[in-house]
Amino acid sequence: MKQNYEIDFSTGLSCPIPKSDYEHVLLAHGGGGTLSHQLISKLFFSQFDNEFLNEQHDSAIFNIDKSRLAFTTDSYVVQPIFFPGGNIGGLAVNGTVNDLVAAGARPLYISAGFIIEEGLLIEDLWKIVLSMKEAARKSGVKIVTGDTKVVDKGKGDKIFINTSGIGIIKEGINISPKRCVHGDKIILSGRIADHGIAIMSAREGLEFETAIVSDTAPLNELLDCIEKFGDKIHVMRDPTRGGLASSLNEIAEIANVGMLIEEEKISILDEVKGACEILGLDPLYIANEGKMIAIVDKEVADDVLIEWRKKELGKEAEIIGEVTSENPGTVVMKTTIGSKRIVDMISGEQLPRIC
Amino acid sequence: MCLAVPGKIVSIDESNPELKMAKVNFSGVSREVCIQWLDDVKIGDYVLVHVGFALNKIDEKDAEETLRILREMGDIEEENS
Amino acid sequence: MKYLDEFRDGKAARKLSAEIKSVVTKPWQIMEICGGQTHSILKYSIEELLPEEITLIHGPGCPVCVTPLELIDKAIAIAQREDVIFTSFGDMLRVPGSKHDLLSIKAKGGNVKMVYSPLDAVKIAENYPDKNVVFFAVGFETTAPANAMSVIEAKRRGIKNYSILCSHVLVPPAIEALLSSKNNNIQGFLAAGHVCTVMGYEEYFPIAEKYNVPIVVTGFEPIDILQGILLTVKQLEAGKIEVQNQYSRVVTKEGNISAQKLLEEVFERTDRKWRGIGNIPSSGFKLKDEYSDYDAEKIFKVENIETEESPLCIAGEVLQGIKKPIECSAFGKECTPERPLGAPMVSTEGACAAYFHYGRYRHPEPALPSGRLVSES
Repeated sequence: MKQNYEIDFSTGLSCPIPKSDYEHVLLAHGGGGTLSHQLISKLFFSQFDNEFLNEQHDSAIFNIDKSRLAFTTDSYVVQPIFFPGGNIGGLAVNGTVNDLVAAGARPLYISAGFIIEEGLLIEDLWKIVLSMKEAARKSGVKIVTGDTKVVDKGKGDKIFINTSGIGIIKEGINISPKRCVHGDKIILSGRIADHGIAIMSAREGLEFETAIVSDTAPLNELLDCIEKFGDKIHVMRDPTRGGLASSLNEIAEIANVGMLIEEEKISILDEVKGACEILGLDPLYIANEGKMIAIVDKEVADDVLIEWRKKELGKEAEIIGEVTSENPGTVVMKTTIGSKRIVDMISGEQLPRIC
Repeated sequence: MCLAVPGKIVSIDESNPELKMAKVNFSGVSREVCIQWLDDVKIGDYVLVHVGFALNKIDEKDAEETLRILREMGDIEEENS
Repeated sequence: MKYLDEFRDGKAARKLSAEIKSVVTKPWQIMEICGGQTHSILKYSIEELLPEEITLIHGPGCPVCVTPLELIDKAIAIAQREDVIFTSFGDMLRVPGSKHDLLSIKAKGGNVKMVYSPLDAVKIAENYPDKNVVFFAVGFETTAPANAMSVIEAKRRGIKNYSILCSHVLVPPAIEALLSSKNNNIQGFLAAGHVCTVMGYEEYFPIAEKYNVPIVVTGFEPIDILQGILLTVKQLEAGKIEVQNQYSRVVTKEGNISAQKLLEEVFERTDRKWRGIGNIPSSGFKLKDEYSDYDAEKIFKVENIETEESPLCIAGEVLQGIKKPIECSAFGKECTPERPLGAPMVSTEGACAAYFHYGRYRHPEPALPSGRLVSES
């Protein structure tokens, strides 16, 4: 019988490695698209398998005594570590805060694990720490535990930061991608692609008249003002790696629903549009670090929008589309010229093109 | 083939006659572009840029004319309906 | 964005769509030559705005799709060398060779860098004098002058560690090859607007006359493409055979003479193999002998690499418009965007990737005109 796996007796009878088309991990496996998903589901989910993971939400949600808690983790490896609008430190705190917010939780405590490459300037590390302190203050979280490791020069890319976070979910809030249903409205808190383009401009020497800065920010205020709508808030997600398109596709797939969004309702800064044009990039797939998607019962959609627009971080919020029963698992977009096209899941990293 | 984007010349650098460069603005983003193959370009001109090179000037009169024809198309239809 | 947004206007698009519908009386098959045009057609779902009688065939105007397999293997062989920094546009990094692609070579430790302009590659060569910097010079006539310029610049600055792996292809010979093929169904062409910005469009008059096919030089925005289609359909309905220029805001009949002179200085015509189509005589550029110091194929002695395509991949028939991607036995099974067997699945405007990502949503294909020749294979 032909076998397509090797049995490794050194660790006992281990499970066969799932058949993969790649022998090596590629950068694309970290891109947030289908390759990432394949890696995570085939290797991690399949082995760590449990009811919390199977919710496929950014945070795990569980009960301890009478409290409902959310627990999440994220690692930050961005290059360059200092970019227009921030640095890796603030990003690491905001990112984890936002994952908790997306679970419907009020963020409370954060851990910070540092892997530092030998040779990093202490002054740079200080700036990163100050940025984390400020981010924690703004979001009301405490950094309560951490770890520090230093690796040899050449083994670490300056600094990597992992943050994990715990938050508490108010009673009545029940957020899960599976709650997304036909008829729901999709609300986006503001304009897209600023963060990804800010990073790229630092890496590639693009000049902007008006500086494009990362939108990194803690989004607690966007949850606080809509908690009163309780379980009419079905899903929340911050569209980071892989952009708006990837987040919507993930939710559509998990919930097995279709989505119809309108290109005209999605706002993009002119300079960011310009950068995307010359690089041949689609802004729908570019990372954001200070934006939130909310998918809500249509009854409360207009009120949620009003609440968000009262907030600094939601003042440009728009209802960008709705959840449909057609083409389940697929996101369709009405283009600016009135036709419709699929906004598919990207397979790996989006690459600039000349063609 | 091929992605080429229109942009406006904001400054010109002819210090190297074999590699004339210009700063071109694309909706607020600027990039250095080689304009070696274009005669007679000045600040304010729109050029079509591909992989960091200006392929040609945009004939603005022609562009306006095309758009005018398109605008009138609809008017004629509305008159006839 | 000026000169972009106006040509993406929804109202104008609907007017053009209505005009096309009012003019058409018979089925017509029109090919858009350029991958950039295909990208726009898919991005704006332009086929939705066309009447059923019009079928758009996506042409082989995608240098990613037509770069021969051997050249990818040569690129990979060079990129794997320790003394080389291999530079390329983003488009080429995921194109599969016989076994690997450039991205996976990078994963294994190969020094592969993405650049936005060939001049960036020259800069890298200047900054790393102890490495050999090779630039993957792929593209149509649009990109050829830029690549030629990089060689001239390297020579001018005395940079000796820069070379290009050249895979330039030319559009008019490809159009002729398609039109003279027994299986040809194409009745009208949208010529590649940016290629013509460089080369002008005088070359198309004899082709239009010889093969009785109207050719319209067309731009890339949805309005351009709809207008190009309208002009083509009007000619077809009236039985006219002309070369017209829709993209007149950038394209002139003579093209850019300075850029053309640069091409004559650095390149000469050569036969080129087009992946999936085969050898087309005099359809490519190679470096002239006086520039052989910059020819990576000669420097790294990779002239004799030979390859075999996947037997399942029918890229050739798809690129010629003979078969649709969904008629391929491997489509969606052995061949997907994550594991592409051939280039039309890798490139986002390759016909196969386009069907995979967008085609699932559209309604069934309109009926093909009667009299379509059956494929010989």
